[in-house]
Amino acid sequence: MTVLAASGRVWQRNWLVYRRLWGRSLAFGFLQPVLFLTAMGIGIGTLMTQQSLEAFGGVEYIDWLGPGLLAAMAMQTATFESTYPIMNKIMWGRNYEAMLSTPLGIRSILLGELGWSAFRIGSLAVVFLVVLWLFGIPRSPLALLAIPAAVLIGLAFSACLIAFTATQHNDVGFSAVFRFVINPLFLFSGTFFPLAQLPDGLQVVAWATPLFHGVQLVRGAILDQLDPGTAVLHAGYLVAMIVIGAVLAERNLTRRMAG
Amino acid sequence: MSPHPSLVHARGLTKRYPNGFTAVDGVDFDVRPGKAFGFLGPNGAGKTSTMRMIACSSPVTEGELSVIGMDPRTQAREIKARLGVVPQIDNLDTELTVRENLEMYARYFDIPGDVARRRTDELLEFVQLDERARDQVEPLSGGMKRRLTIARALINEPDLVILDEPTTGLDPQARHLLWERLYQLKRRGATLIITTHYMDEAEQLCDHLVVMDKAHIVAEGSPRQLIDEHSTREVLELRFPDGVRENLDGRLDGLADRIEELPDRLLLYTADGEHTLDQVKQRDIPIESALVRRSSLEDVFLRLTGRSLVE
Repeated sequence: MTVLAASGRVWQRNWLVYRRLWGRSLAFGFLQPVLFLTAMGIGIGTLMTQQSLEAFGGVEYIDWLGPGLLAAMAMQTATFESTYPIMNKIMWGRNYEAMLSTPLGIRSILLGELGWSAFRIGSLAVVFLVVLWLFGIPRSPLALLAIPAAVLIGLAFSACLIAFTATQHNDVGFSAVFRFVINPLFLFSGTFFPLAQLPDGLQVVAWATPLFHGVQLVRGAILDQLDPGTAVLHAGYLVAMIVIGAVLAERNLTRRMAG
Repeated sequence: MSPHPSLVHARGLTKRYPNGFTAVDGVDFDVRPGKAFGFLGPNGAGKTSTMRMIACSSPVTEGELSVIGMDPRTQAREIKARLGVVPQIDNLDTELTVRENLEMYARYFDIPGDVARRRTDELLEFVQLDERARDQVEPLSGGMKRRLTIARALINEPDLVILDEPTTGLDPQARHLLWERLYQLKRRGATLIITTHYMDEAEQLCDHLVVMDKAHIVAEGSPRQLIDEHSTREVLELRFPDGVRENLDGRLDGLADRIEELPDRLLLYTADGEHTLDQVKQRDIPIESALVRRSSLEDVFLRLTGRSLVE
């Protein structure tokens, strides 16, 4: 069995569990953006004057917000999927211990989990995109590129968080990650307002963080404003994060599981 | 060298953890095909660490180890494909049903779907869980979970089944049912490696035993041989009324080959317990209660280490 085929088995195990839940999961995936876009896009967006919309590049606030929320959803889903469920498989439910008694290795497990994360985020991104279409936001079929972009965001966060989770011995660290990493990224990555509104120093910090690049990619695809040069730069950032995260995750899982 | 006739061959096998703790210190043993091989010893003796090295889930620090003729350092994947592992703590997939647990595990071994389904049917019947096939795992009793774990370990038709404390935490009825299944497995010609700190389990299941204590092997042989070599045929257990034991003043001298002092009683090792008991009575020593029994592995362990197995 190749590493890839073996990782497919790990993916398949997750699918077997998810099979019973997918309807519910996708329904929530539909409802969530509908609520957000209604409340913030319409509720807040319609209060904005023509002048304040200049800051959003001349598009309606809801059009600007929607893609940002899609990118943030990818980050949040990946974060959740790569903390508690992975911790469970490492130490509470000991799934990895059981898998490692078979010909499956650490690398297959990691690739299987990343593949699963990609599938989950990809399918949620499709649902999200449908919602955006219902709100009339995407400008062209190019918007479909938002799906692989969301998957890149998801993989970047999944890889890094699996690496983190593999070092943890209880779930205390997770709430710190949610509070001090994920929430600030959610708020300050150009999701809800343009970074130009921030003081210069903070803008530089925001530029260096991953979700900002994800938001730029997704928004560019959906509003058809993608400039190939900068798109490659944003995607490159996320790919680098995936590679570094995956290398660390493999190292940490090996240390954790094979002492 | 040509492949060893033994399924597991260890010489000078050592496990040292990064924190410097030596869990296994230079042990030698051979596991022959078709036999049940036991590691007996108290918690912390190094049994589980030895098992984990055999199962290729923990790297060998030093020494020689071959498992099914292969080297765990370079052929872990090939070895694991032919092992069945029953871990000390259940690691069944609680998000899957009983049936799915076996079928999914079969897929980890790259066993085709139709073969997996057929073996799942057979194994669920073997461990008497066919009626629970569609149930979730969590509501199963401890004994049922263990049996399911054993069925899971057999899904790849392993050459060697490793069981780490298979009945720890089970009630007596569940233990006996499990022993009976393991005995059936042995009759089918399976090779088993079992760790336990229960002497009755070791006596019931194992053809050959090594006794481990503090990272070393302190004795080796069949349960019968170990008892013959390290203990007398019978044991007389004596309990005394308050105040008597402190004032025996050597009045038991010469009555037994050896006397072991436990907090609540004395053990007199002797060939004929009843005869020794008569002699004790002749010497007018007041006794609260007396029990004559055959020597067991517990006595062997006490002799070898000066401590009880289960403390």
